Amino acid sequence: MEERRVNVTVNGEPKVADVEPRMLLAHFLREVLGLTGTHIGCDTTNCGACTVNFDGKPIKSCTMFAVQADGHEVETVEGISRASELHAVQEGFKEEHGLQCGFCTSGMMMTAKALLEENPNPTEEDVRWALSGNLCRCTGYQNIVKSVLWAAEKMRSEAAVRR
Amino acid sequence: MIPATLSYRRASSVDEALGMLAEHGEDAKLLAGGHSLLPLMKLRLAAPEVVVDIGRIEELRYVRTEGDVVAIGAMTRHHDLHTDGVAGREVPLVAHVAGEVGDPQVRHRGTIGGSLAHGDPAADLPAAVLACDATLVARGPDGAREIPAAEFFAGLFTTALGPDEILTEIRVPRAADRGWGFEKFTRRRFDWSIVGVAVLGGSPTQPAVGLVNMGEAPIRATAVERALAAGATPAEAAEHAAEGTSPPDEPHASAGYRRHLATVLTARALERAAGGSPAGL
Repeated sequence: MEERRVNVTVNGEPKVADVEPRMLLAHFLREVLGLTGTHIGCDTTNCGACTVNFDGKPIKSCTMFAVQADGHEVETVEGISRASELHAVQEGFKEEHGLQCGFCTSGMMMTAKALLEENPNPTEEDVRWALSGNLCRCTGYQNIVKSVLWAAEKMRSEAAVRR
Repeated sequence: MIPATLSYRRASSVDEALGMLAEHGEDAKLLAGGHSLLPLMKLRLAAPEVVVDIGRIEELRYVRTEGDVVAIGAMTRHHDLHTDGVAGREVPLVAHVAGEVGDPQVRHRGTIGGSLAHGDPAADLPAAVLACDATLVARGPDGAREIPAAEFFAGLFTTALGPDEILTEIRVPRAADRGWGFEKFTRRRFDWSIVGVAVLGGSPTQPAVGLVNMGEAPIRATAVERALAAGATPAEAAEHAAEGTSPPDEPHASAGYRRHLATVLTARALERAAGGSPAGL
């Protein structure tokens, strides 16, 4: 059985593993690295539950081989809080009740985090457009959008304090 | 879902990739962004023994003007094409449609070359390059050849590319001064188009109309173009949008529904290309 060595930086830490080339990035993260915060929902590039940030941009990790990530940086939901402090996006989902069953949440948050890094002042329309590749089967979109806007506001006010 | 066992080869140049294709022949499949091939492999509708990864070939990632055309490297990702300043100015229809493919995550990985070479009649970009009369450049063991978009799409998931060839570049005539319109109808924002219509507007020639998901291959709405050339108004011409098409008939949308949708969307896209704003939108 062919195996390939994969060097990938995950949440800032270098990881090395030998994997079958057919292994999907989502399985690599969950099963090889034990990072089960990345969920596999539809497994067909539709739902976005498996979204991780790849070199800073959201991608669906069920639609990428782990070998394609070789030499790149991946950020998962496990990597976005610092020590005991939640990321503003996580706090937003808590404050605005942005989750019901929670299955889509990690993917939603990764997409939202990438959006806010690119556009700190998004409109509601910007948020909905950015999240158009993430499905919530509880259909809690109203509060998910509110959560992201809450996080944007929080991040802007923190940035203003730092200045 | 887990793809079948495969052997993975990574090419860092077109020459290297061509060598791998020559070595493995029909057992090999090219992997670009993976957003057409991987879903098929996961369903085991495709099970190539060898996957040749060309997604890292940086020499195929560019957008630049060359005389009368904008040359787009085949490994240019949808997101990068959509946000490219040159593309947005000189070939706005193609740049816009690149931003309508799938969803943000898909656009961060998928490439224009991968999308076109896949030959899916439900994909949006083929209709755009058809309407723009683009030329596709393929490289093979005997060198490069140019294929007009009108001759590229041969049928369902079938193109003019040989098994030993790689699509390297898409050459789109500059059209900064021409209007354009793109309309697609989907159930969810990121779904494949039930029907889509791409129009490159009037001057200096008649509008060109490409259709998404109205047959086994991406096609031009030739009956609409003929009607316009004969002096029909856009609304009259759009009535011919389904002529000569054979749209799929499946539970989400019947063939008859698609024919109707084609006429409605064509009218809207023609109106947008002429600088108008379609009524009711």
